[in-house]
This record gives sequence, structure tokens and C-alpha cells, in this order.
Amino acid sequence: MCPFMQFIEGGRKYQCGFCNCVNDVLPFYFQHLDHIGRRVDHYERPELSLGSYEYVATLDYCRNNKPPQPPAYIFMIDVSYSNIKSGLVKLICDELKTVLDRLPREEHEEASAIRVGFVTYNKVLHFFNVKSNLAQPQMMVVSDVGEVFVPLLDGFLVNFQESRSVINNLLDQIPEMFADTNESETVFAPVIQAGMEALKAAECAGKLFIFHSSLPTAEAPGKLKNRDDKKLVNTDKEKTLFQPQTNFYETLAKDCVASGCCVDLFLFPNQYVDVASMGIVTMHTGGTLYKYNNFQVHSDNHQFLNDLKKDIEKRIGFDAIMRVRTSTGFRATDFFGAIYMNNTTDVEMAVVDCDKAVTVEFKHDDKLNEDSGALIQCAVLYTSLGGERRLRIHNIGLNCSSQLADVYKSCETDALTNFFAKSAFKAILSQPLKTVREILVNQTARMLACYRKNCASPSAVSQLILPDAMKVLPVYMNSLLKNCVLVGRPEIPMDERAFHRQAILAMDVADSQLFFYPQLLPVHTTDAKSDAFPSAVRCSEERLSEGGVFFLADGLHMFLWLGVNAPPELIQGIFNVPSFAHISTESTQLPELENPYSKKIRSIIDQIQSKRPYTMKLVIVKQREQPEMVFRQFLMEDKSVYGGVSYVDFLCCVNKEICQLLN
Amino acid sequence: MATYLEFIQQNEERDGVRFSWNVWPSSRLEATRMVVPLDCLLTPLKERLDLPPVQYEPVLCSRPTCKAVLNPLCQVDYRAKLWACNFCFQRNQFPPAYAGISEVNQPAELMPQFSTIEYILQRGPQTSLIFLYVVDTCLEEEDLQALKESLQMSLSLLPPNALVGLITFGRMVQVHELSCEGISKSYVFRGTKDLTAKQIQDMLGLTKPAVPVQQGRPPQPQEQPVISSRFLQPVHKIDMNLTDLLGELQRDPWPVTQGKRPLRSTGVALSIAVGLLEGTFPNTGARIMLFTGGPPTQGPGMVVGDELKTPIRSWHDIEKDNARFMKKATKHYETLANRTAANGHCIDIYACALDQTGLLEMKCCANLTGGYMVMGDSFNTSLFKQTFQRVFSKDFNGEFRMAFGATLEVKTSRELKIAGAIGPCISLNAKGPCVSENEFGVGGTCQWKICSLDPSSTLAVYFEVVNQHNAPIPQCGRGAVQFVTQYQHSSTQRRIRVTTVARNWADAQSQLQHIEAAFDQEAAAVLMARLGVYRAESEEGPDVLRWLDRQLIRLCQKFGQYNKDDPNSFRLSDSFSLYPQFMFHLRRSPFLQVFNNSPDESSYYRHHFARQDLTQSLIMIQPILYSYSFYGPPEPVLLDSSSILADRILLMDTFFQIVIYLGETIAQWRKAGYQDMPEYENFKHLLQAPLDDAQEILQTRFPMPRYINTEHGGSQARFLLSKVNPSQTHNNLYAWGQVSNGIATAVWGRKEVHIQSPIHISPFCLLFNYLALDIYAIALSSTWTSTAITKLPVWKP
Repeated sequence: MCPFMQFIEGGRKYQCGFCNCVNDVLPFYFQHLDHIGRRVDHYERPELSLGSYEYVATLDYCRNNKPPQPPAYIFMIDVSYSNIKSGLVKLICDELKTVLDRLPREEHEEASAIRVGFVTYNKVLHFFNVKSNLAQPQMMVVSDVGEVFVPLLDGFLVNFQESRSVINNLLDQIPEMFADTNESETVFAPVIQAGMEALKAAECAGKLFIFHSSLPTAEAPGKLKNRDDKKLVNTDKEKTLFQPQTNFYETLAKDCVASGCCVDLFLFPNQYVDVASMGIVTMHTGGTLYKYNNFQVHSDNHQFLNDLKKDIEKRIGFDAIMRVRTSTGFRATDFFGAIYMNNTTDVEMAVVDCDKAVTVEFKHDDKLNEDSGALIQCAVLYTSLGGERRLRIHNIGLNCSSQLADVYKSCETDALTNFFAKSAFKAILSQPLKTVREILVNQTARMLACYRKNCASPSAVSQLILPDAMKVLPVYMNSLLKNCVLVGRPEIPMDERAFHRQAILAMDVADSQLFFYPQLLPVHTTDAKSDAFPSAVRCSEERLSEGGVFFLADGLHMFLWLGVNAPPELIQGIFNVPSFAHISTESTQLPELENPYSKKIRSIIDQIQSKRPYTMKLVIVKQREQPEMVFRQFLMEDKSVYGGVSYVDFLCCVNKEICQLLN
Repeated sequence: MATYLEFIQQNEERDGVRFSWNVWPSSRLEATRMVVPLDCLLTPLKERLDLPPVQYEPVLCSRPTCKAVLNPLCQVDYRAKLWACNFCFQRNQFPPAYAGISEVNQPAELMPQFSTIEYILQRGPQTSLIFLYVVDTCLEEEDLQALKESLQMSLSLLPPNALVGLITFGRMVQVHELSCEGISKSYVFRGTKDLTAKQIQDMLGLTKPAVPVQQGRPPQPQEQPVISSRFLQPVHKIDMNLTDLLGELQRDPWPVTQGKRPLRSTGVALSIAVGLLEGTFPNTGARIMLFTGGPPTQGPGMVVGDELKTPIRSWHDIEKDNARFMKKATKHYETLANRTAANGHCIDIYACALDQTGLLEMKCCANLTGGYMVMGDSFNTSLFKQTFQRVFSKDFNGEFRMAFGATLEVKTSRELKIAGAIGPCISLNAKGPCVSENEFGVGGTCQWKICSLDPSSTLAVYFEVVNQHNAPIPQCGRGAVQFVTQYQHSSTQRRIRVTTVARNWADAQSQLQHIEAAFDQEAAAVLMARLGVYRAESEEGPDVLRWLDRQLIRLCQKFGQYNKDDPNSFRLSDSFSLYPQFMFHLRRSPFLQVFNNSPDESSYYRHHFARQDLTQSLIMIQPILYSYSFYGPPEPVLLDSSSILADRILLMDTFFQIVIYLGETIAQWRKAGYQDMPEYENFKHLLQAPLDDAQEILQTRFPMPRYINTEHGGSQARFLLSKVNPSQTHNNLYAWGQVSNGIATAVWGRKEVHIQSPIHISPFCLLFNYLALDIYAIALSSTWTSTAITKLPVWKP
């Protein structure tokens, strides 16, 4: 039932807007129609008057026809040598003690229904019994990683409030317990299996938080070897680097989705860890992958802890399944995102959270009717935080036009970019990088050529004409082509490319827009006293000035660029140091100072940060110092060090293509 | 001259050896005609107060195939410092340390009173004893609590330096780490997956030398092996921890739905226990103590499924080949038992449940390794508690009555060969010149391994006379047997006990009366019974009974004196007079009759029968019955329904049960309260006397017997009535099965069903008549006629 349903025959029947089928109105739902053929209760019923609404689902929509159990979070910490040594384990344990108080809950409930469990692992898995009536937590070691199982049921998943003292005791002890470990090998797949089995045994959906640091080389299922082969870059075999090493992880992902188990992976690599293999479970289960290269507790803790906090507090739906329905004439053909597709219509997500977006590709399979327009309904069935099964419905009706010019006018470039990025990133699994790049350039050219041919007023052949709504498309496309995923250069770590690929596949339009065209804000020209947000400038080196201070963010990275002649009062204000030379580029956070400059810049950072799913690590870049090279890659309109062309060159190139197409 | 009875007794006291024949027939042919083979019961570690061990190593014969130990039977040339081996006649030089010996300065091993001598070896590392508890947690709360308390208590009984470990199991198997401070840590295994020893050791992290995590202790020299792993720790170090850990043990937390048995992974738990010890302490004395409260229901070694509606296998199912899991489970436990035995460890089974627990399948674990098997109704009974405590009892020297990793080697004179042994042992497959081709019990070897033994552990050793008829042995020749038992004493010393015995040869044709007089009917009965029980494990019950009958008939034919067709002329000499009676009761005993016993019970009874010493074994075969009355001191009476009299109190000891039975009148008097009246104080004493005697037995016996106090007409009286010979039915001249009086009814109610058809009645049925054994009675109801009763001698232990 949705607003697209047309009630007829005095309200006794209704016609479905999607398939035009006429159905009887069930007696309990019957209502009279008013003079314009609308039901009398039109505005009282959300499903008749609103675009989006939510049902509480009946038992038919539940797994095994049983009401779902409240979901659970399982924290799985890699306690191998490097993590202990770096202090990471202690950091995690300390943070969990406070952050668990902020588990998300339903609005109307006082406490979170989510249960928590703890596992640590290296080559073997350690489960913890943290039942509230125990004086001491109990540790159970499962060393049969070949066929992992859950050693306990009662006492593994507990309510944090009830077991607080045992859990705190445990979190205090974990770093000590492994303090003198010298185990450096780890397993990975069995960890996920264990978490999944635990959730299965408890008959609930849930999320695993895995804190992992190294390539899982220990003898176990899902064992990985180092295959970071630079020689494959730029060859036809490059695509294999984006594919998992074994199909074990894909099977595992499938199992996880089937049991409603999501995997959030926090990676702390010091070297190659094969993100393409390890991340695949995360990607397919709707999880988030976080990656902290060369993690240092003192400089990276802020970024990591904020991510962790945000991730735990995030409002999410579990064990979700989405279906997109359309009216006749077109249909959904492809889906991109952190999803798992078991068949062609059902989008399965072990977990769906507020930061994940699914991009759907529609194709015509018939003519659309200009009068009735195109109707789309998206239904998501999920389990809420409190363990309630719900059905969320979104409806949208779009106009159809036979005029290409109208179509071009209503186009949204940001969404297009998002789609192109996702489809390209999906394509690299099966096609060589070069082909994908060519297709992208080609499609851009064809879109523009089509416009020119059919809509634009005649002009010189060599002149580049862009539709109004698409005038920034080339800059985004150029940026996409310059993105490290699509640039095969041995200097770029493979893990980084796989990570970006995965992050972007899950992004929504706003995030992808920012990612492909970072915000570059001149700080020095901003009025520190006003509340106004500085207006962004174009990402080009030309815009930078020696006397300026610029702030750049793309959703994953954040830079503060300081010109050599930056105003001293600004430097004093922001850093509390007398001069440019005194500024330390080590720091990843700005000092909290009570002056307008400091407050202003911090508020800018906070504002940008608050909208982004990933916490960005602030890098302070001084003009003409080595790190500036990194910063320059984010200046999208310039020529990239890795061979990406500048915006102007790209425009010329596209124009050439268009000309060729037109001839 | 001392009588043979005295001679036998002396020998038993000194050497722990009882031969069936104390004068040996001198040829193979004659020996086979004796019916009862030449064999002996050996109690290798018989407690000897007057046997101080010597602190040096034994002197061995230098012939590589012999290596017999110097003993009092050897001829010694004191001047030349030579000795001749009495087994292979090799002449050996004494070692330098013996330079000072002479006729008056003999080393102990040459003195005749030291036919049994014990040496303490100084070599070899001394390792602590190891006790690994394997505890079932699928118990009722009350049972688990009782068990926990027993286990906690046992920690104080262990030697302080003993290593102790804990494995618990239910649906999963947990190996508890005992060393860590703070958080309690355990390794968990799936209960359904059988793992190889290597896998277990890998998973427990035992393959690499464990890094000692003991802080604050001076670093130990590296060349010493790390003796304590994380799972086995000295009791004195962790008894507090372990007490707490045991205290916190919870019932298996996995839900058990209605109509299901809890999932119990006994098979995997044992396998892990065995693997753990195999990896850490091979060839050191270790006890795996399994406490289980029900049958294994999953994984390898499962005995029954978890559906309650399918009951555990019975004898009936086994006969019908309906016991689905039995073969596989038995195989699993046999493999484990053999591995355990190869490592020199032993497995005890303490099974307490009202239903069967799978002892039938698991029996080999205890039988092959010399472990104990204890069966009770609940851990919350004094039967279990007392028995368990008694495992840790000490002897007069304050040493534990347990020894480990023993090997028994038997050497014989040339005229004898070794046919086998029956007892808690496995073969070491040591072939040698003195090994016979015929096998009795575990044969084909002259060495056996006994992984655990106590002072009462007794083996039956079977010999074969191989001397040919035409190669006579000189008159007064003696045959000798040497038993060499190497073992780990409970004080962790390695010791060797050497017993050398010799018996005279006699020509069976000319000196039959000597042989006859030297017959030890008690030993012979037990030895034959062991053979019978051993065969019953693998053969059909009726076949074994028929074999026993035939042996008995042949024996009577050979040694009985009678005139043809004159039943009343039949006589057996004193040295044979009790033997038929023993055989009669053996036929009816639970060792051979499975009727009315569950497979577990049969396994349990047979287990104990195959390891107890002569006296206890005879009690098992023929329970002893004492009668208490006003007419005199308590006296042993015939195990016959005629002994049940109204004015008597009976005390019956069947080894497994102690029954006190008040006769009808006595019961009435007690009901009337006479015992509380001062004028009937003697009645009070009469009532008290059997109680005191029963207590005495209860105090010492292992395992503690079931104690039953009942009276005429009581329901528990069945324990007595099922054992006595139901002669009264014949006496009363009523037809078969007709009701005559209460006792007869009760007795007939338990009539055995193993009825042999008269076709199998041997041609010697006439002889049986002479024997005063009614063959029809034997064949059809296993009772004795009353005519026999009056003639029967009463056996007194």
C-alpha cells in the first residue's frame, strides 16, 4: 500500500500503481471515498499520504517466524605481539569501558537492548564468560581454528549494564594478560566464523567489531599470503589484485549475510594486509572498513577513537533486505553498495546504517507513459536496535519526458558521478583498468555529444558545449579517473586502492561528491568573528598563495596547508607558536585555544567532520616541504604526480572525443 | 612336616604366589591329564612389612636371552666368585662390588628367606605423580556439588608435589589452565570431533616448549626439561586456586530440551586427557580419573543417542545385534586404552548414575591400564565418597598404595613355558624361548605392562609343562619361575621386585598322590574362573558354562574315587573337596550369568574379578555367609537356603554387597523393642555383632560394597535370596516351581533362564550323581539337591 494506489469503485477496490492490477480492499481496511476519489482517511494514514513511512512487521516477515532477539555487538581484538606492543589493545580496552555506555537504543527506551560479547585472538581464539554473577571473567580458549565453534552460550553475550563490573575487570586484564605474548601470527576468517556462530547460537543478528593488524598467515581457513606483486600493476592481471585471494571469504560473507552478521573491520596495518581479501566480508555485510596505516597511539588515537565511538553509537538496522519495485516501462537492473545480492532482485544487508547508500541503476525495458510518470518504491525490511522487525517504505514518482533537453536539464551530476564511480569500481574486478578508463571517457564524451547533437544550438564544431546541469561533470570525471583506484602505479600501495574502492562503493552522493572534489577553504581570508562558513575555492594550485592558510577535506583526509608567508597572528592564534618555523607538523590535532582564530578553524573542522562517516586525520602541511606532495594530489584541477591530467587537458581530450563522435 | 595348607599359606605370605599345583607333573602329557592347568596367582606388590628394599641394583645373568636375576636358587661358587643361573645354567662372574662375599657373608638376594626381594634403582629422573581429573558437568546440581566436594577434599590427600590437572566436559570439553593468576582460563574443544594426539598437543600449545611464566623464581637451568606444563601443576602450588575453580564449576550450561539426554562428550574428553599426558609426560606414573554421571551421547565413543526414548543397550540388544554404537564406541575406547597403556598411564572410571553409563564400552580403559572402576548410584553416596578416598589410602610406611608403569617379566625353567596372563595388563609382545605357542588369556609374551597396580592387584599367570614324557626329570628336581616386576613406586622411585619360586617335579604315574595332595583348590578355582570369565568376554555364555562343566567332570573323573554305579561310594580327597562347590557358585555368579545384570554391571563385576587377590576373588565366586545366634559364636554356614533360619542373623559378604539379614523371629523381637530392655541386653549384643563385623569389612574394602540391612520379608532380602542355593524346594518334595514357603518362592523367582537342553548332558551324568550333584538340577535350574547339602564342606576364607 502506498500513495500510488488508486482507489476505485467507491473504495471497494484499488488499482496498483506499479502493475495496474485491481485488488479488493479488505473489509477492515475499507473507507469511503470523497468527491475527488480520495479516501476520507487519506491524511490520517501515513501510507496514503507520505512518501516514506515505516510498518512494524508481522511475524511472517521474521526469520523462522519468530520475533527477533535483540541484536548483539561482539568485540574481537587481535592481541598479537604488534598490537600489544603498540599499545593499541590497551587503548581499545580503555575506550570500550566508556563507550559501551553509549550503545544506541530506541528513542522510547531507557537502556540499549544490545548485548555485548568479547573475544580476543591471535593464532587461537579466546572467548570470555562475563556473566554478571561471576566474580572474575572466565577465559575459554578455542584452538581448533580449522573448525571453529562457540564454546559457551550463557555468559558470552551479556547486557553491559548488568555485567559492567565483570566487563570492566576483563577490559582491565586483557592488556596485562597478553603483556608478554610473543605470538605474532594471527588468524582472521575463523574470527569472523566464531562471531557468526556466536550470533547464530544466540539466534540474533549483530555486528562484529574486529580490530586487526596483520596479514593472517597462521595455518587456518582463510589463510592469506603476501601477494602484493607490483609487476601486475598496469597489466591485464591487475584486476586480480582487487579480487580476494581465495573464494573462501566470499562464501563466508554469504554465510554472514544469511545469519545477519555484520563485520566492521578496523585495520592497523604496518605493511601489506591484502585489504581486497580481508575487506570483502565487511563490504558484503554492510560493514565499514577503517584503516589506520602505521598506527601510532599518540598521533592516531583521536582519529581511531572517534571512529570507534561513532561506529558504536551509530543507529543501524540489522538483518535487512531491500527490494526496489518500479512501475512498468523500466526496472532496476543493477545495485551498487555495501550489499550482498543472492538473486537479482533482493538486496541483502546484514546491517544497514545511516552512512551507507545503495546506488541503483534503472533501465528502460519499454516505453514510459508521460502521464503517469515513473514510480519507484523501495522497501527495506530490517530489525531495529531494540529487536523489532520493521518495514520501511520509500516512494517516489518521477516525471517522464520525451524531450531530451528536459532530461538533460533535470540531471543531477553528483548522483551521476556516484553512479559512474561505483559502476567503474565494480567493473575493475572483471575488466582491465585501461578498458574501464576508456569506457568512462567515452561515456562522458557520448553524453555530451548527444546533448550537443540533440539539444544545443548549433555552433562551431570545435566548441565545447556543456549542458547547464552537467557543467561540472568533466571535472568530476577527471577526478574519478585520477583516483588511485583507477590509476595503476606501483608507487600506490595496493591496500590503499582496495580500501578506497571499498569505501566509495558504500558512499552516498554527498560523500562521493566531496571525495571527488575536496573542499578547499581559505582560512586566512575568513572573518574570524562572523559565523559564516568560508566559501570554498577551486582545487587548484593557482588558488593557493604564499600568504595564505588553506583547509582541505575530502571525507577521508584533511589537510591544513600553510603558506610560507602565512600571517603570524593567525599562526599564533591557531597553533600558539610565534612563527611559521615553530609549527610542528607532527601534531594531528589543533590545540584548543581561547581565541577567535582557533575557535573559528576548529568549528570549521568540526562542522565538516560531523557530516562525514569517517573521522579524518588532520595533516598539517607547510608549503615547500616534502609532505606537500601528498596534499597536491587532492588539488583535483591540477596535473597529478601520478600522471593524471589537469582539468583543462581533460576538457580538451573530451572535446576531441565529442568532435570525433559528431563526425 | 608342615602340611601343604601351611606351605601354601607361607608361600603366599612371603611371595604373593599361589600355584594351582604345588608339586608339578613332570611331563606335558601328564600335565594335560591333570585337567586344571599349571598356573598361579601372583600379587606382584603384595604388602610386606618385613621386606626392606635394598638400595642397589640387581645382578643379572649375562646371557642376553636370559637376564634372570641372581636369586637364592642359584648355585654360587664363593671362591671363584661365580654363580650359575638356575634358568639357563650360564656361569656368571659376580660384579666387583660382590668381591667380599662368602658363605657367611651372603648378599640378601642369596638368602633363602629373600625369595622375594625389592631393589631400589637410583637411575632415571624422578618425576612427580600425576593426577588428571576428567569431570562430567552434566550432572544434577546435588550430584555435582557432592562430586566437587569430594574432589576438593581429594586435593588434601594427594602427595603435595604431585601434579594435578583438570578437564571438564559436557557438550564441550574444557581443559583448564591452572597456572594463571586472576582470570581463569580454559581451552575448549568441540565434543564431536575426534582429534589426533598431535592436533591436541598443537591446540593446547604443547608442541613448543612452554615458556615458564613463573615470575620471582630463580631461572632454572635450561637443560632440565620443563616439567610442569600449564595444565598440570604441583598440588601445593595451586590447591587454593583449584579449590576455587572446582567450587565455581557450573553444570553444563547448554540447554537440554525435554525428552533429551544432555550431550556428553566423554569420548573426546578422554581422548584429550590421554593426548595431553601423552605429549607432556610419557612413561611417568599418571592417573586419569574420569568422573561421569551418564552415558556418552555425542562424538566418538558415544554409547547412546540423546533421545531419551531410545534406551541404552541391554544384553538383549547386544544379542540381537541391536546396539548401534557399541562396536564403534568400544573401538574408540580400546584405541585410547592402548595408547594410554603404551604411555604407562592409567585410567580410572568413577561412574555414578542410576542408569547405565557405558562401562561396557569403556571397560577396556580401566582393564588394560590397571585403573579402577567404580560404579555407584550417585556421587552423593558414601559408597562413592568412601571409595574415592580409599584410592588415596596409605600403607604402614605412609606410602600411597599405588604404583605405576610396571612391567612384569616372567622367566621359567626349561621344562616350563608361559602361556599367558589374565589381569589388568597388556602384552608387551616380548617373545622369548620361554613363551608357549598356546595362549591362555593375554599370551604370546613373557612380559606384560601393568600401568597401575596396588598391593592387592593380582594376575593369573598360566604355564605349560613342555617336558616330553620320555625325557624324565631326575627325582627331586625342581622347576623354577622368576617374576621380575619393575615399577614406579608412589614415592616416585623406580623399583624392581624379584620373586623366585621353585616347586618339585613328580612323576604323575607313580606319585599321583603327592601331586594330588599339593593341589591348591582355592587357587585353582580362581584361576579356572578367570579363564572362564576371560572367555565369557568374547564367547557365548552357554559355551563357557559347558566348558567349565566339562572341566569339572574331567577333574572329578581323574581324582574322584568311586565304584561304578554306586553313587554313595564317590569320594574326593580333602584337597579337592571344595572345588565343585566353587564351580557351582561360579556358574551362577554375575561373572558368567548376564541375566538380571545390565551390560555395565557385568563389565563392572568382571573388572573387579580380574584384579582382586585370591581371598577376595573367592568371596566373589562364593559369597560367605555368617550366622549369628544365641547358641554360640558366629559361624560360617553353607550358602544355602537351609541356612536361613528364623532365629539367626545372617551376614553375607558378596564382595560387592554386604547384607545383614534378620531371621523372622529376630526381626519380630527387634520390632517389639527387646533390644532396648535392660534384661535382654544379650539380644542387643547379638544385633550389634554383625553390624560391627560389617563395619570392619566396609572400612577396608575397595571399592566400598553396597551395604544392605534387611530382615525376613524385606524387599532388600532379595540380595541374599538370589545368592543362596535354593535347595529347600527339593527338600519339600513339591513339584517344580510350586509355592512351598516364602523363601522358596523368592528363590525360584530368580531362576536363571539359561537352560541347557538335556541333549548336552555329558556321558558323565552318572558321575555327577556320584558327585552328589544332580545333573538335571544343574542343567535345568542350577540348584543343588538337598542330599548333597549335608555332605558339603563349608568353605572358610
